[in-house]
Amino acid sequence: MTRAAVEIPTKKKLRVATTSLAGCFGCHMSLLDIDERLVPLLELVELDASPLTDIKHPGPCDLGLIEGGLCNADNVRMLRVFREQCKVLVAMGACAINGGLPAQRNHLDIRDCLQTVYLSGHGVERGFIPNDPELPLPLKQVHPLHDVVKIDYFLPGCPPSAEAIWQFLTDIIAGRTPHLGHGLIKYD
Amino acid sequence: MHSPLDTAEHPEKLRRVVIEPVSRVEGHGKVTILLDDQRKVHQVRLHIVEFRGFERFIQGRPYWEVPVMVQRLCGICPVSHHLAASKALDAVVGARTLTPAAERIRRLMHYGQILQSHALHFYHLASPDLLFGFDADPRKRNVVGVLAAYPDIARQGVLLRKYGQECIRVTAGKRVHGTGSIPGGVNKRVTAEERDELRRPLSDIRAWAQAGVALVTELHEHNRDLYEQFGTVKSSLLSIVGRDGKLDLYDGVLRARDAQGAIIFDGVEPKDYHVQLRENVRSWSYMKFPFIVSRGPEEGWYKVGPLARIQNCDAIGTPLAEAARQELIADSHGAIVHAPLVFHWARMIELLHAVEVIEGLLADPALLGDELVASGPRARTGVGIIEAPRGTLIHQYEVDEHDLVTMCNLIVSTTHNNQAMNEAIRQVARQHLDGHEPTEGLLNHIEVAIRAFDPCLSCATHALGKMPLAVEIVDAQGALVERLVRDGERL
Ligand code: SF4
Repeated sequence: MTRAAVEIPTKKKLRVATTSLAGCFGCHMSLLDIDERLVPLLELVELDASPLTDIKHPGPCDLGLIEGGLCNADNVRMLRVFREQCKVLVAMGACAINGGLPAQRNHLDIRDCLQTVYLSGHGVERGFIPNDPELPLPLKQVHPLHDVVKIDYFLPGCPPSAEAIWQFLTDIIAGRTPHLGHGLIKYD
Repeated sequence: MHSPLDTAEHPEKLRRVVIEPVSRVEGHGKVTILLDDQRKVHQVRLHIVEFRGFERFIQGRPYWEVPVMVQRLCGICPVSHHLAASKALDAVVGARTLTPAAERIRRLMHYGQILQSHALHFYHLASPDLLFGFDADPRKRNVVGVLAAYPDIARQGVLLRKYGQECIRVTAGKRVHGTGSIPGGVNKRVTAEERDELRRPLSDIRAWAQAGVALVTELHEHNRDLYEQFGTVKSSLLSIVGRDGKLDLYDGVLRARDAQGAIIFDGVEPKDYHVQLRENVRSWSYMKFPFIVSRGPEEGWYKVGPLARIQNCDAIGTPLAEAARQELIADSHGAIVHAPLVFHWARMIELLHAVEVIEGLLADPALLGDELVASGPRARTGVGIIEAPRGTLIHQYEVDEHDLVTMCNLIVSTTHNNQAMNEAIRQVARQHLDGHEPTEGLLNHIEVAIRAFDPCLSCATHALGKMPLAVEIVDAQGALVERLVRDGERL
């Protein structure tokens, strides 16, 4: 365990916040799948609020990456905070863009879902439906982000590949309009 | 009757402190703590605040979609769901035994996933607490801080994770949410070139895995009291073990031990899991509370995951990991270890084991076989159990004569640990918070205990709930998108 001297950054870094709303974290995993390139990336980028840091609420940021759609009131609140704080807001992945897998419940009655899971569920003893002020209100349907706020960029894919995310980020960092070339846009 | 600190008698008179979101864990959770004027803690709860409803909306879908859909519950351990669903549906398509190639390809996928997930959890998420201290500067207490202060350790973590992800890419087709496993086998063979590619970096990977075990052992020895006592609460242990009693993370039978290590049940076939395990619901969490039937809902909670597994099995079948396991056992003089922070040690032993298993699979010519799918007489139901990185994962399906799913039940790893995590944070609250003003550093102690279990809160949120508020959602132009009301009947 040799400890290196911590360097003080000189150049102003791009401030980036990320969050997962109704997503599976797969998009965040794909971001980490840039592997060793994390090291040069983190020299150019300062992470603000993110599942990877202990900053719980985003401050003013240059870029916000959001994974997942909106399935409850907390998701909506957090999305609004991100929109207020981030100059550029990105819907990352299928869930953020169109609701994704969680939106499969949109054609179902919520009460029916509740009962399947908590009352008639296999192996459930003395079941009832959870109800507590600490639990956020679920939406009747899962919504994509752009139903509620303006989104600047959409990165498709489930998840978008690490290559696509890398291309996007390096374009933004260099001040270019992001452009995903052939083969980087996938709708899986 | 609930455990102390589960429910305060007069919550309305108490001050509420909230940790939201719990960070550096996978998924969405929050902790609430209720304190009185003397800052005595009266209630501590880990809430799972999200929901998916997967068990309901999968009904009516064709069964072959399930292994691909179900992965979207969790992007950190998608392979676990992919394989648990495939295993359950193997029974439905009558594939009693897989072809030798399919079995090996699935195992390579699974151990690749154990490797990447354990590396991610330790190096990217948990190590900042252990290397910098629980109340270190929160701006530095993250993977970026580790990269700056311990570049070698961080780099090894990044490369270990990368290697596991590559094993998944080769077998599943892509790193996150691949499609390689199907009911009855796999749909993609491994070529000799791909195998050789994976063999090349192995000696470095093995050395870094060993360094990882050495690092956690050293951290433990430097701060023995903390590591042994922090959040420690005794409970039973649950996992699958191989049919020979050895550690097997892909397949086996259920075994449970009590807090002293005596067997509660053993050799339970996956299809009979429901005889031994049932689930309870609490009002304040979307996550259910499972328990061992013979012990009852109050006493029957247990731990799953690395610490449970390496103490539940008779031995580990690979030499380096078994030697490391013996060290851990000797350290406690053979007594069952319940300390949450020792999860990290056990996790790194498993990471080393995964590397050894992968090494063995890559040396096995049967891996390259091209008979990939088996079948047999159809069945209506199937149960698949696998040891996911975080613990036992159970998938159960019923499929009708039109190939459509009519029933689905999932018990995910993190749900098994629900009570264990709640008890651990209550213990930490007693040990560290009682009587103190809850500072950021002290609150991080609570999160450190949660992180030790490596919870996958995304997985745990596949259920739905009703809410006690009214809310209106308006779009960017102020138009009403949706309105919800308090009355559960009208949700
Ligand atoms: S888009 Fe896919 S990978 Fe991303 S959060 Fe949604 S399900 Fe997960």
